[in-house]
Amino acid sequence: MRPQFNFFKNIDKLTVFIYLALIFIGWISIYAAEYKEYHHSMFDFSQSYGKQFVWIVTALVIGTVILTIDVKAFPAFAYIIFGLSIVSLIGVLIFGTTVNASKSWFHIGGVAIQPAEFVKFTTSLALARLIYETKSRSRNFKAIIKPALLVAIPVLLIFAQNDTGTALVFAAFVVIFYREGFIPGWMLILGVFAVFLFVLTLIFNEFYIIGALSGLFVIAAIFLRKKPAMIRQMFLLLIIVNAYVYSVDYVYDEVLQQHQRLRIAVLIDETVDLRGAGYNLHQSKIAIGSGGVWGKGFLQGTQTKFNFVPEQGTDFIFCTIGEEWGFMGSFVVVGLFIFLLIRLILLAERQRSVFSRIFGYSLASIIFFHFLVNIGMTIGLVPVIGIPLPFISYGGSSLWAFSMFLFTFLKLDSKRLELL
Amino acid sequence: MQLNNPNSDIFSRRKTPIILFVVLIGLLFLMRLFYLQVVDHRYKIFASSNVQRIITDYPARGLVYDRNGELLVYNEPYYDLMVVPRQVRDIDTLEFISLLGITREQFETRMQAATRYSRFKGSIFERQISKGEYAAMQEKLFRFPGFYVQPRTLRKYPHPIAAHSMGYVGEAGPSLIENDPYYRPGDYVGISGIEKHYEDVLRGTKGTRIVMVDALNRDIGSFQDGRYDTLAVAGTDLYSSLDVQLQIYGEKLFQNKRGSIVAIEPSTGEILALVTAPGYDPNLLVGRVRSANYRMLQNDTLKPLFNRALMANYPPGSVFKVANFLVGLQEGGITNRTRYSCPGFYRSGGITVRCRTHPQPVDALLAIQYSCNTFSCIQFRNTLELPKFDNMQHALGTWREHILSLGFGRTFNSDLPHELPGLIGSPDYYDRIYGPRGWRALTIISLAIGQGEIGTTPIQLANLAAIVANRGYFYTPHIIKAIGAPENLNPDYLQRHQTTIDSVHFETMVEAMFETVEAGTGRFSRIPGITMGGKTGTVQNPHGENHSAFIAFAPVENPQIAISVIVENAGGGAAWAAPIASLMIEKYLTREVKRAWFEQRILEASFLTF
Repeated sequence: MRPQFNFFKNIDKLTVFIYLALIFIGWISIYAAEYKEYHHSMFDFSQSYGKQFVWIVTALVIGTVILTIDVKAFPAFAYIIFGLSIVSLIGVLIFGTTVNASKSWFHIGGVAIQPAEFVKFTTSLALARLIYETKSRSRNFKAIIKPALLVAIPVLLIFAQNDTGTALVFAAFVVIFYREGFIPGWMLILGVFAVFLFVLTLIFNEFYIIGALSGLFVIAAIFLRKKPAMIRQMFLLLIIVNAYVYSVDYVYDEVLQQHQRLRIAVLIDETVDLRGAGYNLHQSKIAIGSGGVWGKGFLQGTQTKFNFVPEQGTDFIFCTIGEEWGFMGSFVVVGLFIFLLIRLILLAERQRSVFSRIFGYSLASIIFFHFLVNIGMTIGLVPVIGIPLPFISYGGSSLWAFSMFLFTFLKLDSKRLELL
Repeated sequence: MQLNNPNSDIFSRRKTPIILFVVLIGLLFLMRLFYLQVVDHRYKIFASSNVQRIITDYPARGLVYDRNGELLVYNEPYYDLMVVPRQVRDIDTLEFISLLGITREQFETRMQAATRYSRFKGSIFERQISKGEYAAMQEKLFRFPGFYVQPRTLRKYPHPIAAHSMGYVGEAGPSLIENDPYYRPGDYVGISGIEKHYEDVLRGTKGTRIVMVDALNRDIGSFQDGRYDTLAVAGTDLYSSLDVQLQIYGEKLFQNKRGSIVAIEPSTGEILALVTAPGYDPNLLVGRVRSANYRMLQNDTLKPLFNRALMANYPPGSVFKVANFLVGLQEGGITNRTRYSCPGFYRSGGITVRCRTHPQPVDALLAIQYSCNTFSCIQFRNTLELPKFDNMQHALGTWREHILSLGFGRTFNSDLPHELPGLIGSPDYYDRIYGPRGWRALTIISLAIGQGEIGTTPIQLANLAAIVANRGYFYTPHIIKAIGAPENLNPDYLQRHQTTIDSVHFETMVEAMFETVEAGTGRFSRIPGITMGGKTGTVQNPHGENHSAFIAFAPVENPQIAISVIVENAGGGAAWAAPIASLMIEKYLTREVKRAWFEQRILEASFLTF
């Protein structure tokens, strides 16, 4: 085959279009969030929106460079890149600077870089290679040990940096384990059910829950009275579930830390501590809720502009969108993300190479996790966890890392017929 | 499906639940957003009650006291009605304009102007509402969201005196706002006088408070417990060297007259009184009425805004003989024993300078005492024609240096506003007029008696009196004695300036000036019980009646006050300027004036011509 010099050939245009739309929305939202009357230029580099413009341009350059790399290099260098990124995580623990109690930043010149953002990408590379190389087809708990350990290394290091939010992102790899058959579907359902019960128990007295579950069991037992074996199994399940429900209070009171408890408490009861722990969420909901159907208009937001909402440019950027563009704007952004995620899953599914497929799913899972937690927290569905909204939030490390991630996958996809 | 193929994909069906889950979360989010943004209206109400108002705390400007702790300048509170255009919603405009007493057009114009400046920041809507007006408005204001009042202060003067020295405060202009980030539209800044010179000290530091207001426009406490607030720091007080009672008295003596008084404490350079007449009430240039009053004062033919004490450039007349004789004694043009007889005029080379009748012959002492023009001309010419000088340039250059060291021909660069340097001609100056070598001592002989191409200001003349009182040195005349506390002396004016004349010659001059008051031209102004040195002068005025001039200091042994008085169009120095100086000195040294008839004569005199 003649060497291909048209690097943009076979690149998925739709994904690139959504990507460009999201970073543009991000940039003008940061401008709106940080807008002060006396700094008018969107290119004022002393302001975050001016810096974000630089990050966007450089991210596009990085993306283009990635498209020129030989596609076989990604699996080939996956472990080396992963190893280097782990070294940087250790390095930041030793030489890094602490921002907001997290020791996760390198300050080089005037620029702050957060290695953990890039580790999501490198871990995906390494995980894809590891699973791809595993000769055994058996998919059981023994097979999951090696991939799980691989993911555990960065997670532990990021926990050590006290950056719980970023560490939690790695939970997104559960999707890979599910998709590749390492864990059965019922476990995921059980997991969702457990979270549901946990929240329910915090809202209601645990004895009501136990009573309700026992009642359900009695009704089921009456219907299944001719199948005593099933009743026995269900009774066992009831005991386990009731024990879990009973232990929720203990976990909540004794295992979780006070600030974590508060983050959950403000979700459940929105009148909790409006000037303290509940303040951020309350202000966030006010900003979004006051946007109405059509929003207040570009630069017309009053809540995000006057410091009511914290971290307007980064973690709470969605407030500005919700306030200034209303439900229509929120609909467009949520829609773009859902559209992008489905597109990425379909692209991952059409890969012939396991490596590419796992890598594509990793990308989709991690973007999804960020989307879920970030927007979820601004509208009060998820506890406040400080992670950015991909492509939109202010921040160079995040934008660079996600751009590298996306463009690597687009490159893999463009050569899907060459890779096995 | 080949199970042995490592790429075989037996779990591909699992993509469906994954996609479904993503879509489910997306729909859940959209439902939640729909609920928050469209269905639930509580958040719009919360947002409208989440209104911040940024209030600038204006520090009180520093006060000004006189040398005895009496107030010269203080502050009076008033209110500016502010508007944040963004927050103005659903107000009853009719009621609002009737409350303020403005027209609908004014309302629209001001709203537009405020919106042009900023929709988020407060602009002044109506300025300087008095306490009484505010009280009437206060209880209705809550009905007009977006409007609030900002407390401010205005300058106030307990006595209508010393307007020129105190200066005035006005709104910062566009160019200042452009160049200095401290000033915002509506801010006040010292525009003249000490208000301008000590602006940085007096203004203090502005503070900012962010308060939350509810939907009823009421203050509901500070935003985030004042995390973004800064405290205002009040301006620093100043202690003026002026003596309020002396200043009041001086301005009273000058009623219906034009001219000036400058009184200095010789041992410090502190200005005790600085009268320029006609003056004006400083309260005229305060607040809303300032620009109208300013125009009125500007159009006044008596020129009340003109600060004669610092800017009027008179030839000093005979008063200047004091300076000339000092130079002559220093350079050796005359000695203590030099005597000439005066035929009643000085005549040389076709030039005649007339003198008056007085005892004969005269030495330097008597020549001051009787203000002899003949002796003055001879000594001036002798000095300039001394053989040690190579030429006239050299001679006049030397003379000029001495005169400059006596404080003439330049400004003091003090804390006083708009000083002018006067004129002491340099050799180059005369070269330009007469051509090089085109002039000699006789050409400029009028300088001998303080006439001709010479200009001095009243403050320079008062400083000359202070130099003689000090026997040879002076401190820069200044009007602010101390900053912050009476004992914190103003550091800018502690430097002693030595003149180029030896102190021995000053002893001669002190005696001469003492005799002038005891038995010479100033004898009618003697103060019983107080020794005083003085020198009269009559300034020839080609435009009308001569100006009456007098410089003096007292007591002679331990001078407390040095003074210059000029009364325009009043005639001879002995008749009007000297009595005024004498009354001022008596007032300052004894705190009361016993010569009622003497005082009455001055108060009744009027020399105003239009």
